[in-house]
Amino acid sequence: MGSSKDQLLVRLKELQIDFSQYEHPVVLTVEAQAKYVGNKGGALSKNLFLKDKKHRYYIVSALADTKVDLKVLSQRLGLGKGGLRMAPEQALGEILQVPLGCVTPFAVVNESARHVSLLLDQGIKTQERCFFHPLSNDISISLDAHGLDKFLKSTGRDPSYVDLEANPPVGKDQPPDLAAFIPSGSTVLPDLPDEAPASQDSTGNHVSAGTKSAAVIAVKPSGNVQNVKEKPVNGARPSIPSADAGKFVEELLDKTSTLLLSEISEDSIKQHGGQLGTEVVNNIQKCLREDLKNLATIFKNTAYTEGFYAGIHYQPKRL
Amino acid sequence: MEKKEDQQLQQEEEQVVNPWEVSAKDGGKIDYDKLIDKFGCQRLDQSFVDRVQRLTSRPPHVFLRRGVFFAHRDLNEILDAYERGDKFYLYTGRGPSSEALHLGHLIPFMFTKYLQDAFKVPLVIQLTDDEKCMWKNLSVEESQRLARENAKDIIACGFDISKTFIFSDFDYVGGAFYKNMVKVAKCVTYNKVVGIFGFTGEDHIGKVSFPPVQAVPSFPSSFPHLFSSKDDLRCLIPCAIDQDPYFRMTRDVAPRIGYHKPALIESLFFPALQGETGKMSASDPNSAIYVTDSAKDIKFKVNKHAFTGGQESIEKHRQYGANLEVDIPIKYLNFFLEDDAELEHIKKEYGAGRMLTGEVKKRLIEVLTELVERHRRARAAVTDEMVDAFMAVRPLPNMFD
Repeated sequence: MGSSKDQLLVRLKELQIDFSQYEHPVVLTVEAQAKYVGNKGGALSKNLFLKDKKHRYYIVSALADTKVDLKVLSQRLGLGKGGLRMAPEQALGEILQVPLGCVTPFAVVNESARHVSLLLDQGIKTQERCFFHPLSNDISISLDAHGLDKFLKSTGRDPSYVDLEANPPVGKDQPPDLAAFIPSGSTVLPDLPDEAPASQDSTGNHVSAGTKSAAVIAVKPSGNVQNVKEKPVNGARPSIPSADAGKFVEELLDKTSTLLLSEISEDSIKQHGGQLGTEVVNNIQKCLREDLKNLATIFKNTAYTEGFYAGIHYQPKRL
Repeated sequence: MEKKEDQQLQQEEEQVVNPWEVSAKDGGKIDYDKLIDKFGCQRLDQSFVDRVQRLTSRPPHVFLRRGVFFAHRDLNEILDAYERGDKFYLYTGRGPSSEALHLGHLIPFMFTKYLQDAFKVPLVIQLTDDEKCMWKNLSVEESQRLARENAKDIIACGFDISKTFIFSDFDYVGGAFYKNMVKVAKCVTYNKVVGIFGFTGEDHIGKVSFPPVQAVPSFPSSFPHLFSSKDDLRCLIPCAIDQDPYFRMTRDVAPRIGYHKPALIESLFFPALQGETGKMSASDPNSAIYVTDSAKDIKFKVNKHAFTGGQESIEKHRQYGANLEVDIPIKYLNFFLEDDAELEHIKKEYGAGRMLTGEVKKRLIEVLTELVERHRRARAAVTDEMVDAFMAVRPLPNMFD
């Protein structure tokens, strides 16, 4: 199950993040939230939960009055003009584990949101404090960008802020400037049926959650994501990502056998007779040496990487 | 001694070779003799190739045998020291300006891998994401992303992770590295850097202050986590000859700050498919073979776009033979066909007109397809974790084994 708001607030306190909290009746829109905390000294945020055609998800967390144009954003991400749309309601529950009207950067604390990319409005950094929902929309908390960053770093993400109102040209010589925010991990989620997008609020702005203060956690696309499968390219069988000694030996034996079989034929037997053994061995060594060394280097690098990963995640003994 | 460049004045008359532009005189071929003369480096002759073979007890790499790596600075000193038991380290790099790498990009890396294996020495690889951010006006995030993507193709060339450190400027500049950058910068006047690189008053200060970034990986003290006790370790830099200006500047500065001058071993330019006079450009996918090309793509590109020296008709061809000077398939085979005897045979038959262009192209397609296929399989085994491991600031205890 996902983290609850209480667990989140406890965690914020553990991290010594300074925040103020306000309880109020459930709110689903920025306007409704404004009625209760609009004058409490923090900027309101709007938070969008988006999805692209390849079922990758994004949280966009911005100041309430920052203009967010989904078409521009889609292009800047390299998804073409119409590549981004509001994520279906079901995804809110399944991926972010928050109710309707509660999209918030804090949702990335949940495992299910591991691959969700987070785009933070740089406007958040200009405000003393910003309001967000801490996983429940009957409460709003305000904190500054520094506190938000601290939280995000504790989840293993690297906060990065973007000018959401910018509209740079994207073309042959100008690569999409936000391409770095495309999640690179494979989504392990089932294919959610494309339902109607989350309801619009009365101002016509597409907001999935009326979260105002935005601690938006930017996702470093190739951050601490465990499950990164390389795409197999054009029929080439992807090599095993883990150092499997058995498979490695099979590959070596395969290559040697193929070469051996091609070297021994009626003609070559006639040609070399008893010397065929020596001749074949020479050829095998000449042709295979570099190939086998390359395979061995790949194996070594993979095994080293596994050890390295284990090393950086090792938990020292508690004394 | 190092000669001064005067590109702006001589642009129309002479060939231009610097890190950001390579063009021949009058749309002709690059004159490498003139280049060696102008830059002041040395020709790599057969005696060097033989010496390398003796020292490493293995056949010299195909690029050495065919004169692809053809010029050097102080290679003899590196080899002398190696013979005495003093090792060295390798330094090479890439400017990650695009995701798509073509075969020309792989050449310095293929050669560097051979050097690492043959001499059993460590290697640092610099990804100049800051340079591309500045020169190609990429965002910081995008240039960092490209650096990581390019790192995967570089790793696929087969470097040994226990002897290789890959770093990106945005990640690594700071600390001891930055201290060396400042030491170098203090020794190069504004006028000098304008003279070497051709900067103008319109160029932003990022460009003007970049050269030290590419210079200091030549000094072991820039990598305290690797070479902390080896302050006089020498450095050998395999690169394409257009990078020479950076290292001329570095070699000029090194003795003034108490460091060894780095040695260089330099390669020819890899010709575009359309011929020596054509330009390989990222926006024209038909000007080069990319590591992501399928077997079908390679066949199409070589058959349709490779510039050949064959005659217009079979009769004429049988009579006069092919013009090997301009024939691209022969040049590409020169780079990538391992078997010396087979290459000689093809050159002889094709030059005499007995072999047709189609056959030569067919052989080239085989060779390139195998190369690209091998690279792709190796690339598929490179994970993000492996990139993290290669790029981690960690000790390499077995780097000379």
